[in-house]
Amino acid sequence: MTPINKQVVIIGGGPAGLAAAASLKKSGVSDILIIEREHQPGGILRQCIHDGFGLTRFGETLSGPEYAQRFADLVSKLDIGVLTDTTVTGLSGDRTVTAVSRDGLIQYKADAVILAMGCRERTRGALSIPGERPSGVFTAGVAQAYINLKNKMIGRRAIILGSGDIGMIMARRLTLEGAKVDAVFEIQPYPSGLPRNIEQCLNDYGIPLYLSHTVTKIIGKNRLEAVEVSRVDEHLRPVSGIEKIYPCDTLILSVGLIPENELSLMAGVRLDTRTKGAVVDENCQTSVPGIFAAGNVLHVHDLVDFVSLEAEHMAACVTGFLNGKLSPAKINIEAGGDIGYTVPQVISGTRDVNISFRPKKPLKNCRVEIWQENSRLISKKYAKLIPAEMEHMTLPASKLLSDSDIKVVTVCE
Amino acid sequence: MPYKYDVLIIGAGVIGCSVARELSKYRLSVCVAEKGPDVCMETSNRNSAVLHAGYNNKTGSLMAKFCTEGNRTFDQIAKELDIPYKRTGKLVVGFNDDDLAALRRLKEQGEKNGISGIQIVGRDFIDKKAPLVKGNFAMWSPTTAILSPFQFTFGMAENAAKNGVEFLFDSGVTGIRLNPDGIYSVSTASGLISCRWIINCAGLNSDIISSMLGIDEYTIHPCRGEYYILDKKLKDTLPLPVYPVPNYKTGGLGIHLTPTLDGNIMVGPSTEYITDREDYSSTRSIMDMLIKDGSRIYPYLKQENFIRNFSGIRPKLTSKEEGGFHDFVIERRDDTAPHAINLVGIESPGLTSAVPISHEVVRLIEEKEKLKPDPDFDPIRKRFPSFRDKTAEEQAELIRKDPDYGEIICRCENITKAEILSAINGPLGANTVTGVKYRCRAMMGRCQGGYCQTRITELLMREKWIAPEELIYERNGSYIFTGEVR
Repeated sequence: MTPINKQVVIIGGGPAGLAAAASLKKSGVSDILIIEREHQPGGILRQCIHDGFGLTRFGETLSGPEYAQRFADLVSKLDIGVLTDTTVTGLSGDRTVTAVSRDGLIQYKADAVILAMGCRERTRGALSIPGERPSGVFTAGVAQAYINLKNKMIGRRAIILGSGDIGMIMARRLTLEGAKVDAVFEIQPYPSGLPRNIEQCLNDYGIPLYLSHTVTKIIGKNRLEAVEVSRVDEHLRPVSGIEKIYPCDTLILSVGLIPENELSLMAGVRLDTRTKGAVVDENCQTSVPGIFAAGNVLHVHDLVDFVSLEAEHMAACVTGFLNGKLSPAKINIEAGGDIGYTVPQVISGTRDVNISFRPKKPLKNCRVEIWQENSRLISKKYAKLIPAEMEHMTLPASKLLSDSDIKVVTVCE
Repeated sequence: MPYKYDVLIIGAGVIGCSVARELSKYRLSVCVAEKGPDVCMETSNRNSAVLHAGYNNKTGSLMAKFCTEGNRTFDQIAKELDIPYKRTGKLVVGFNDDDLAALRRLKEQGEKNGISGIQIVGRDFIDKKAPLVKGNFAMWSPTTAILSPFQFTFGMAENAAKNGVEFLFDSGVTGIRLNPDGIYSVSTASGLISCRWIINCAGLNSDIISSMLGIDEYTIHPCRGEYYILDKKLKDTLPLPVYPVPNYKTGGLGIHLTPTLDGNIMVGPSTEYITDREDYSSTRSIMDMLIKDGSRIYPYLKQENFIRNFSGIRPKLTSKEEGGFHDFVIERRDDTAPHAINLVGIESPGLTSAVPISHEVVRLIEEKEKLKPDPDFDPIRKRFPSFRDKTAEEQAELIRKDPDYGEIICRCENITKAEILSAINGPLGANTVTGVKYRCRAMMGRCQGGYCQTRITELLMREKWIAPEELIYERNGSYIFTGEVR
């Protein structure tokens, strides 16, 4: 089988892939192919029919499909090739992409490959929730797909486990469709979703959010009949003796998203154990030369606006790569203190970089500092930092002292 | 009185399907009545998926006899029915002098049972076979294999159906009457069935069916075993089943690790006597115990590697107090039920023993009447070709022949629309979501159906004309939708 040569192959036609493609084309890269497994581009946004998308990017509030359509229209206007109904089944380190569709199996050899596969949801199995195995237990995204894309109602009385954004959005969605949502339970002592979703999806509908609580048993042989809920201690262990039974026919899990990197692993891309995405430099280039990543496949974002921005930044770097203009990365960034992770994890030191990070836990009145060789390079004050919100800091190249590793830390009062 | 079937088999687990396939070799009208909506729904599909060698069972017992025979003759049935399996061999690892003495006794029992090739081996041998596994020495059993219990059961059922056996699902037996002329009238959830012979293959409910036949002396003691399933990314860390030295008193073989044919690893099972024979719960305390005990022989039992829990229930004839194993009961009781073959307490190694047990059933029938071979019997069954284990060229060829192979529905396992349609529309096709899952492996990967479940439910409803409210996940009553949104 002889592969077809392409300048850039983009795996995934969601927000990251579409934004990257449009940007690349505008900067003069002509030979681009987006490969999308669904019938239409847009990715997960197609099922996010609520509004709130695009405030940062467009200064107006759009629904998910509207936001995606703006980029899909742009891609179509720029005459960029999109192969839909096509699944990538293989990716190798030499940037050979194997794709499968009803038309057959095709291989592409690309100068650059962009990973834009998004993420998947954590499941009941990954959490090992005890109990029986009835129907009626859905991840929030599956519930959303059933209701919004397949027009299927999934239950009448629901409990939500996890305060992730999609879980809260589904609490509101189910309520609007006539189901009773009794409560949202979050195992952590703080919410994992955005404050605006707590306000607009829970508080506005009188749905209580219980922090430091989790589901400790699933009850029902056939269809879900009830869940047992327990309070957890500071080590997140259930406190026994005060369990409460909540009758329900539906349990929605919104317990985390995991970047979908199976193809990346096939290509030998090194992953970060914290983000579960690729280790990248400031150009969004992975450990495999010519393979780039942006969006939720790299690290899970809370706002799609930042996915688009990251993808556009990456596109500029891919153009640089194709022109042979990228500097090798050599300075590692270590996350310290209460910083959960940083992206990028490694930089060249030749230009200013935007560093994305999240704290491990909510923090108040603290500084985030970047250090090198026992010197503080920069410092930024934050009134509050929460894990639900990704933050960004710019590190000017002029501040760097040497090529030795740098460290991002939190300092609280 | 007139009768509808020569033989009615009660239960479509591995034993019922094996007996059905064996009887389909003869000129008999045969029916299988199953209480659930599919074959292989209980103990047969909820176990360690191991083809045992036969050294664990007492010399002279039916268990030892049928297990060793089942292992020895498996290649033949696997070839006829295209059943995936792999003779990986197995290690039973030990740490101290007591373990070594126990392994020597086990080896001796195995040799008495006629099993060849068993050896006591040192750490260097373990290093060669499974270097990441702990243990100072081990017993090596070269003939132990891993298999797909569903494919095994389903292969026999499909072949039986092809050779004329009827399968009635959702047909739990509620009563049996022996008429004066020797014809049985059997009440089921889907109506009255008349037959000349009854074969009790009811597994967990075999004691209840036995009582309906007039044989009152058996009690099944359900004994649950819980498992973890680990992510395929650990595939290379465990190439073969590894067991600890068994403590038979508990009624199981100890917490062990078994690779599946698809590269996942199963950890379990516990041995917990319960009262409810349908309670497939997983429990926090047992989960913790599995991690603790399993970690004594294998290092990767961590949250990030878990993709699912499940449990199975052993239909034991021994109570918790008695402990241990009771031999298989396989009998024809001429005093009370002369035209019934009563199979009770078929627990481990029932999967391995399934084919020899079916021969025994035929032998017991033939003591009463001579069966005539059916010259039209066709022993061959082929699995629908799966996309994922083909080369790129072969995949391209599959798509050329059938474009449905070009639509990947389950992205974790690379299961195509062609395979899902075959699972739904093939012989004894699936009517439930888990029926699709077990037939073609869709939804069994690390995302657990997050991507494909919505597509599979849609295909199932469309192909089988099932209304949204009528679609079930696994068991009757396990509805997925309350209806359309609007």
